[in-house]
Amino acid sequence: MDFTARVTVNLRDGIADPQGATIERSLPALGFDGVTGVAVGKVITFTISAADDEAARGEVAEMCDKFLTNPVIEDARIEVERA
Amino acid sequence: MTTRVGIVLFPGSNCEHDVAHAVRTLGAEARLLWHGDVDLQGADVVVIPGGFAHGDYLRPGAIARFSPIMAAVSDFAESGGPVLGICNGFQVLTEAGLLPGALQKNKGLKFLCTNATLEVTSSDSILTQGIDLGTRLDIPVNHFEGNYTCSPETLAELETEGRVILRYVDNPNGSVGDIAGITNAGGNVVGLMPHPERASDELLGSADGVPLLKALLAA
Repeated sequence: MDFTARVTVNLRDGIADPQGATIERSLPALGFDGVTGVAVGKVITFTISAADDEAARGEVAEMCDKFLTNPVIEDARIEVERA
Repeated sequence: MTTRVGIVLFPGSNCEHDVAHAVRTLGAEARLLWHGDVDLQGADVVVIPGGFAHGDYLRPGAIARFSPIMAAVSDFAESGGPVLGICNGFQVLTEAGLLPGALQKNKGLKFLCTNATLEVTSSDSILTQGIDLGTRLDIPVNHFEGNYTCSPETLAELETEGRVILRYVDNPNGSVGDIAGITNAGGNVVGLMPHPERASDELLGSADGVPLLKALLAA
């Protein structure tokens, strides 16, 4: 069966996020005060065929380890849904 | 015997001819190695040059590490062969797991194209052998993702084992420990962000890359 996968990649805690920091510094200039914790990442979406939810999730996790993220600096959040 | 330098060419590499010219000027033979090939053509030294291999898609080096030639480069490195990654080549070597850590976007989010003063902090590598510690070299940098980072454990290991071979005197990109270049435990795999091949002749504004390239050719 087909599943839609959505992988959200962000920099790990403790890794400087210069894009996030720059956005955070810019927001008050536009009148948006009180914003903290801005983080910039990327989203990778695709459809995957697998036996079941668990198998799809396992395969996506492996893709993240081997290719979609660099574990030295990035974390991934994986969402898998029946297509 | 003339040293044969194999320079890996990915789609998007753009410093391969600069490296070839620089090493030929120093008396070596240079050959371009297509990334889709699996043969190093008898290279004594392998260089992964700067550029934007595979467009830097996903992350710099992320796709290049799967190019067919990288298996041969890994085998060569593991058997002690000298491998140098310059700029994008450094990024490829970290993604391939041949060097620890990663290169992230520069602090300040600026693409940097400038001269950097480097200090030699270890002579125990193919690139710095025979060069006195503390030697200062003016070498250009040209990168957006040159901000070296790694886990605190890896950093401690690099420091205690003397594997940080070059440091920025005035850190331009936010690299942890002012790191400009590192080596593996064997000293035979080196990555650095600055471009020694662009400082290979006084006509280019600096010839400070020459001692580094000479060390490499003697490796």
